[in-house]
Amino acid sequence: MPKVVLTGNYTVALAAKMARVEIVAAYPITPQTGIVEKLAEYIDKGELDAIMIRVESEHSALAAAFGAAVAGARAFTATSSHGLLYMHEWVHWVSRARIPVVMAIVTRTIGTPWNIWSSYEDFFGQRDTGWILGFAMDNQEVFDMTVQAFKISEDPRVYLPVLIGLDAFTLSHTTMPVDTPEQEELDKWLGPRRQGYVIDGSEPLALGNLAWPEDSEEFFMDLQRGMEEAKKVIREVDESYGKAFGRRYGGLIHRYHCENAKYHVISMGAWSGDLMEAIDILREEGYPVGLIRMRFIRPFPDKEMYEILNGSKGVIVFDRAISFGSLGPLYLDVAANLTKYTRKLPYMRNIVAGIGGVNVTHKDFYELVKATIDDLEKGVEPPVFTWHHRR
Amino acid sequence: MVEIIHIQYKVPIAKPKVGVAGKTGSWRWIKPVVDNSKCVKCFQCEIYCPDNTIMVDPKKGATIDYEYCKGCGICAEVCPVKAITMVKEA
Repeated sequence: MPKVVLTGNYTVALAAKMARVEIVAAYPITPQTGIVEKLAEYIDKGELDAIMIRVESEHSALAAAFGAAVAGARAFTATSSHGLLYMHEWVHWVSRARIPVVMAIVTRTIGTPWNIWSSYEDFFGQRDTGWILGFAMDNQEVFDMTVQAFKISEDPRVYLPVLIGLDAFTLSHTTMPVDTPEQEELDKWLGPRRQGYVIDGSEPLALGNLAWPEDSEEFFMDLQRGMEEAKKVIREVDESYGKAFGRRYGGLIHRYHCENAKYHVISMGAWSGDLMEAIDILREEGYPVGLIRMRFIRPFPDKEMYEILNGSKGVIVFDRAISFGSLGPLYLDVAANLTKYTRKLPYMRNIVAGIGGVNVTHKDFYELVKATIDDLEKGVEPPVFTWHHRR
Repeated sequence: MVEIIHIQYKVPIAKPKVGVAGKTGSWRWIKPVVDNSKCVKCFQCEIYCPDNTIMVDPKKGATIDYEYCKGCGICAEVCPVKAITMVKEA
């Protein structure tokens, strides 16, 4: 397999190209711009047989991608932060229409103050839209997850759009070596575009008619069922991709030193790499700690989470987003989903950090995790919520 | 190429057909009457009719389907030669 050195943005563009997207509709915004620039270049050079729809806003970008997808095209878009917020109405439309679309989100702090660094409030703002929400840790996973997203989205058991998150700059503008499959092998693995219905003018069809409350509720109950099915499909796709191209991630979550761990750390995104370094050092020092790295938060891997955390002596959830007035959104999900399986919750701690793009190093993680475990071993419980900030 | 595989889920699409909302002509209190001797076959009434109840024949002129025409009067407004007049229903 050819190895290339790419930024996260160019990795997304290459993955979309290799998935043979037929239309791209996007509006530039830092730090996502590199994705659409590269796709425009591919199209201009004739390396990608697709149409670039130039739009006046993100709201129109997803509307155009949606329209093309409804007509039967493999459609792609990408945005960040304020662009995503502006697009939000259409984010709901696409999933509720059960139309496969793939979108990359380069996570960026929401203003004001104006800030272009990574923080996940834009990503978590899409939590309740009915999209499948995945998040990559490095550029290799950005590639793999983007091509997998098309396969998951277009599975007849799912038919839901997929959003892939990647960190601003840490991934988007940083080069890393990326293994890419041969085009023919990827074509064979991915297959042709699939969807549940097409509006192409061959017969009159109306989309989005007025519906009675009972009918509307049933559409949304079916969407919830699609999410449940997606758990199976994500695992299957991870497995078949691993068989074809040699990389498996563990389905919805990536387990790192979770076997025989007594303490657990949960995280998502690029900084999980720093956490892994911290875990390595702690393991060397004899701390029985493992990492649960979220690859998907919608659908939420509730059962796996319970199975790993059942009997845990302490759990730390690192959130790079905050639900003002409450806790970090990842912590809320972990805690709430555990109550589906047990009333005996382990000690759980939520550390919110890295907000506004503040750099959090493996040393920070090492100290925070070590101090928590040391306290718990002495019978002292640190407060549930901490906002970790340093300058 | 796209493969259409029907899904077991409900999706918010509908196949429109004539009369799906009942005989909407009964809603009408004024009706458009066309004088085809004046009609210039410009198709404006057919294009603008929101209920798709007017057909223009390039030779014979306009015919209106009174079963479904709601009597909104748009056709009379857009007709450039005033070939359509709105008449009160009996």
